[in-house]
Amino acid sequence: MNHLPEAWGRPRNDVYGTYDASYLQSSMPNQHTQSPIVTGTSVVALKFNGGVVIAADNLASYGSLARFTNVERLKQVGTHTVVGAGGDISDMQYLHEKLLDSLIIKEEYQNDGHHLRASHIYRYLSKVLYQRRCKFDPLWNTLLVAGWDDGKPFLASADLLGTTFSAPALATGFGAHLAVPLLRRVCPDEAAVENITREQAVDTIEECMKVLFYRDARSLSKYSLAIITGKDVEGAAECEAKNQSWKFAEGIRGYGTQVV
Amino acid sequence: MFRNNYDNDSVTFSPQGRIFQVEYALEAIKQGSVAVGLVSKTHAVLVALKRNAEELGSYQKKIIGIDTHLGVALAGLAPDARVLSNFMRQQSMSSRLLYNRPVPISRVVNAIANKAQVNTQHYGRRPYGVGLLVAGVDETGPHLWEFQPSGMVLEYKGAAIGARSQSARTYLERAFEEFVDSNREELVLHGLKALRDSLAQDKELTTANTTVSVVGIGENFKLYDGDEVGEWLEKLGNVQSSRGGRTGEEAVESMDTSE
Repeated sequence: MNHLPEAWGRPRNDVYGTYDASYLQSSMPNQHTQSPIVTGTSVVALKFNGGVVIAADNLASYGSLARFTNVERLKQVGTHTVVGAGGDISDMQYLHEKLLDSLIIKEEYQNDGHHLRASHIYRYLSKVLYQRRCKFDPLWNTLLVAGWDDGKPFLASADLLGTTFSAPALATGFGAHLAVPLLRRVCPDEAAVENITREQAVDTIEECMKVLFYRDARSLSKYSLAIITGKDVEGAAECEAKNQSWKFAEGIRGYGTQVV
Repeated sequence: MFRNNYDNDSVTFSPQGRIFQVEYALEAIKQGSVAVGLVSKTHAVLVALKRNAEELGSYQKKIIGIDTHLGVALAGLAPDARVLSNFMRQQSMSSRLLYNRPVPISRVVNAIANKAQVNTQHYGRRPYGVGLLVAGVDETGPHLWEFQPSGMVLEYKGAAIGARSQSARTYLERAFEEFVDSNREELVLHGLKALRDSLAQDKELTTANTTVSVVGIGENFKLYDGDEVGEWLEKLGNVQSSRGGRTGEEAVESMDTSE
């Protein structure tokens, strides 16, 4: 028996002939992510007077296949921050479960009365994303960071290129096309935020999630919604798009039975 | 041949449980001129006495700004302080770059404490020969820390390090209860009074040898050097030690008659 570690688990030479070691070395260059594989779609968020609402559905698609229908894409980080991710799910899991978890653990272990707030976490994430794109190995995500920071609601976006921007109403992915116009009707600019109530904001986000479910073929009616206020983070998993009406679809060519 | 067999390096304990190289490093602090720090609810102040080695030379820098919310005063080997303050500036910059946050005072102080401690436990290294007073403001308010080459750091309401610092400490111990509610100006004057008490009898505070710095909540670190110190010395009035031979009042009178 060959006891050398490199032979462990390999077919026996005396039975199967010499093992072809060339399988062990890859002659190919390192492969970086060229495109996302399992993906999440939009994240939508809106500031209101006293906080931020953020929502993302629970679907992880494998191409056009609705592969996983119970994926949580919102993550609470620290006490007053929620990070929502669209794009590659495995990269999101790396961000959520490796980077952000250890970031918060390291911060809290210091036990010195200092805590990372939304703007700090946002800067950290955008630097990570930018560093990875500079290695030509991007984390294929678009992130929304929502939180309560310095007595104000905080909402900003960072993507796989390291692009950063902030607005009182934001959406990623398909939502950037479909939800943002709806959100801006309610909240055209930063000044409008103080006139938006919490109920209004939640209604608007729910409406956006419904419209996205209507028109985004990679979306799900089941979604998670979080409300961040100065007090805490209220999370509501397993929300369902309410009051659906597919009447509009009848007029769409290609929907239902084909006539003509 | 050796007077002491246990002070050749910083990794060997003496049978009495002492590490002489570290104790000698603490002595180096006492060779430096005095630096005083104190905090109120809103401000942190550093004042220090600068020395010039010779009449023709410039005065040794005693207070180093680290960031807009943070500065240090040093006593001991200035080159060692430069290395530590450069490191603190790096920490400060990286905190701002990576987290968009001014570095918390306790964290940057612990970072240099770790550096100093390592030097007391590795053969072939020497402890830093400098003590620092670190004053700054962060989200938890104004803070004053004392750093020692042993790797020891402690937070203070008022602290003094360097030559003759015991006299300044005596003043601080007597007056510290007033610090908490002092305003900016009162706090600086408390600091200068402590500094003045540590002066030798024939010495006085001048714009050349006194340096003052203030940092406060919502107020950037400000260093007063040279002529800028004049306004503070005017507010202080008596610039000689109020201890020993002459009392404060006598000193004021003698100043009046000279004019």
